[in-house]
Formats: sequence, structure tokens, C-alpha cells
Amino acid sequence: MSLRNNRAVLLAAAASVLVVAGFALALFWAPEDADQGFSQRIFYIHVPIALTAYACFGWGAWKALRLLWTREPRYDLESYTAVHMGVIFGILTLVTGSIWAKISWGVWWTWSERQLTLFLVLFLFYCAYFMLRFSVEAGPRRANLSAVYALFGVALIPVSFLAIRLAENFIHPVVFTRDGPQMSGSMFFVFCVCLAAMLALFASLYTNELAGKRIDARLRELREALE
Amino acid sequence: MTYFADVAALARKDILLELRSRDTLPAMLLFVVSALVVFHFSLPSDASATASTGLLWIALLFTALLGLGRAFSAEREQRVLDGLVLAPCDRSAIWLAKSLGVLAFLGVAEAVALPAYALFFGPVGWELVAAIVLADIGLAAVGTLLAAMAAASRARELLLPLLFLPLVIPVVVGGVGATVVEDPGRYLGFLALYDLIFAILSWASFEYVVAE
Amino acid sequence: MTTSEKYVTGAYLVVLAVVLVYIVLYSLKLARLEREVAELTELAQRRKAA
Repeated sequence: MSLRNNRAVLLAAAASVLVVAGFALALFWAPEDADQGFSQRIFYIHVPIALTAYACFGWGAWKALRLLWTREPRYDLESYTAVHMGVIFGILTLVTGSIWAKISWGVWWTWSERQLTLFLVLFLFYCAYFMLRFSVEAGPRRANLSAVYALFGVALIPVSFLAIRLAENFIHPVVFTRDGPQMSGSMFFVFCVCLAAMLALFASLYTNELAGKRIDARLRELREALE
Repeated sequence: MTYFADVAALARKDILLELRSRDTLPAMLLFVVSALVVFHFSLPSDASATASTGLLWIALLFTALLGLGRAFSAEREQRVLDGLVLAPCDRSAIWLAKSLGVLAFLGVAEAVALPAYALFFGPVGWELVAAIVLADIGLAAVGTLLAAMAAASRARELLLPLLFLPLVIPVVVGGVGATVVEDPGRYLGFLALYDLIFAILSWASFEYVVAE
Repeated sequence: MTTSEKYVTGAYLVVLAVVLVYIVLYSLKLARLEREVAELTELAQRRKAA
């Protein structure tokens, strides 16, 4: 048990250091982009959060697969926590993406931003995940249903992305031209630090959340044993 | 070959049940025509082909939802699903049989919807028919699995649309695209890809959805 | 601060806010867990006395 606690503390410490370092680098040290100026800096927080959300869903699907494979009930909790984190990072992706759209093009939402549209679809999908969990009694049945659904989610990610690209041919988006970020070496370095920071943040929050949920479950068992 | 014999038997049972009770299919037919009429009133007079095609696909989606909502209701009402699951057949055979049943119902509904659409809105080309055939496979495959999930929950009819709609957005894109765009090949190919991926996934994971 | 600078700062602040809200919610959960432990300890001691 102490090994687990040590890992949690280490993760939290690493996450704190990386996040502070990442934000500081992004806001102060990173070179100013020639075209977009200061507003380009939002890229250092928006994209790492989006990638971390994908990582959360992927992690959740992996744990779901383990559940179906081994039938060990602990994987259900791990999968659920990962998806939960994924939705939180997903909301953050949508919010920061919306702010980026506002800065770049003056609108709070645009369908031509493929990543944003994809995240909206995924957000709807994973919100339904929670509705599914809330309407089934706890137990192996709910674990199995959630696991299958989580697997469908990761299958949906590439398929949806393809669909959104294909849809642009007839949805006639208002084309916003934006020069892709020409990332210089130092920009890439800052990006990597921020990405590591977000992933560490996920890992740390995930570990804590999981520990809390496990304690909750054990206390419930204890209560049943005593009453 | 007993696998396919099981599937055939189960599918026949569902279709015979429907032919005798005649509750789901007439409702689907009436619904899709009513929806098309409603859409006529909700479209502006100079609406494009894309708009009316899009609405046709929406009508088909919700007709599918109507049919899927009833896919497992008979079993649930008589707890036959537990019996089916205990039966010595591969659980995925249940999924395949149900999907074929749903596919058949959708086909009948579309046989009515497409002439109605041609009458009310505009001509129906071969691309639309091809897209509908491909889309039906995906909708039936995914919908049957999700209907089984919803049947296991307390919320049932409320839950199925929530699970269904995000997953079938790619189908709508493929279907509308194939109808509207010059070269439908890519969209039809995309629909086929969707069918392949999600049919395999549904077939493989169905036994976990009905397991206790 | 220009408008775009305000928005960028806003984005970073939103992320910070979400993490802080999470901490608050988690502390509430911890408080509830501590209450549970206290109740169960009392239950166990009563059982032991009986």
C-alpha cells in the first residue's frame, strides 16, 4: 500500500512542477509567433489538453478491454475513472478551443474547426456513457455494458474524424484561413513540456480519484459487514 | 452450420411475431410518412436538395429508433431473453438474428418512405438507394446492440436515442454526402467501412451485453 | 492588456479554475469519507462491547 501512496505523491509533485513550468514557459519564454502574436500562446494549452483527453479515453478503453478479458471487477472502476477524467478534459478542450476560435476568428463556435466538432461528438457520446451508468444497477452487468460502450467510443474517434472531413465537402464551411503553426525548436520544446504537464495532471488526478473511489467501495463493504 | 440455423430460426421467430401482432411495422410506416409531411412545412420554399435530403435521413434515423425501441421489448415483457441466453446457441447469433429482423423492418419502411419522398420533394437516384442500403446495415448492427443495452437499464426508451445518435452521425454524413456530392464513391466506401468496423465490434461484444 | 491577451489569460485561468474546483469537490468527498469511517468505527466498537 505504501508503494501506491508514494506513487501518488510523486505523480502530484511531478504534475505540479511540470504544470507551473509549462505555463511559465508558454506565457513568458516561448518566442512570439510572427503571424498571430500573443494569441498563438493558447495553442500551448489547448492542444495538450485535447491530446490528454484522447489519452484518457484510450486509457479507459484499455481498462474496459481488460475487464472484458479477465472479468476482474477493479477494471470497471479504473475504466470509469478514466472516462470521467476524459470528459473533464474534453470540456476544457471545448472551452479553450472556443476561446481560440473567438481570438482567431471572432466567433465562439465554428464548424470548420475539425477538432472542435470531433470533440463535440465525443462529448455527447461520453455524456451518454454516464447516462448509461446511472440507469443500470451497480454490478457486473453495469461493468460489462460500460466497458463495451467505452470500446465503441475509441472506435468512434477515427470514424468520426473521417466523417467530419468528408462532411466538409457539402456542408460548405466558412473557410477561415489560418497559417499552420510553424513550430520552431523552442516552440516545440514548450509544447512538449505542456503536453507532459497535462498528461502528468491527468495521471495525478486519476490516481487520486481512483483511490477515493476505492475507499468509498471498501467502506460500503465494511458497513454491510457490520450492519 | 448450426450457427446459421440458429440465426435463421431466431430471425423467423421475430418476423412471424411481428406479422402476427402487427404493431411495430405499421407504426414505423406511418411515422416516416408523417415526418416527411412535417418536414415539408418546416423547409423554406427555396430549400436546396441538400436540405431535403438531410431531412430524409433524419426521418430514417428516427424511424429506425422507433423500430429499435421495440426490438427487445417483447423479450423483456416475457423474460424470454433470459431463456434465449441460456439456450445452447452462441449469443452473437441472437444479435445477428435481431439485426436481420431490424434490417427487414427498415427495408419495408424505406420501400414506403422513398416513393413518398420522391412524391413530396424530389427524384430519388441510385446513389440514394445504395447509400440507404449500406446505411441500414450499420444502423441495424449498432442499433441492435444499443437496444440490448438500453433494455437492461431502467431508462430504456429514454436511453436508446442518447446512445444511438452520437454513434450514427458518421452514417448521416455518409448518406447525405453520397446523395448530394458529384462522386458518391468515397461516401459509399466510407459507409461500407463504418458497417464493417461496427458490425464486427457489435457481433463480438454482444455476448458481454446480455451476460449476467 | 490587449483583447487577445485577455482571452489567452482567460483560457489559462479557466484551466486553473477547473483544477481548483476539482480540489474543492474532492475535499468534500474526503470529509464525507471521514464521517463514514467515524460512524463505522463507532458501530464496530458497539459490536465489540456487545
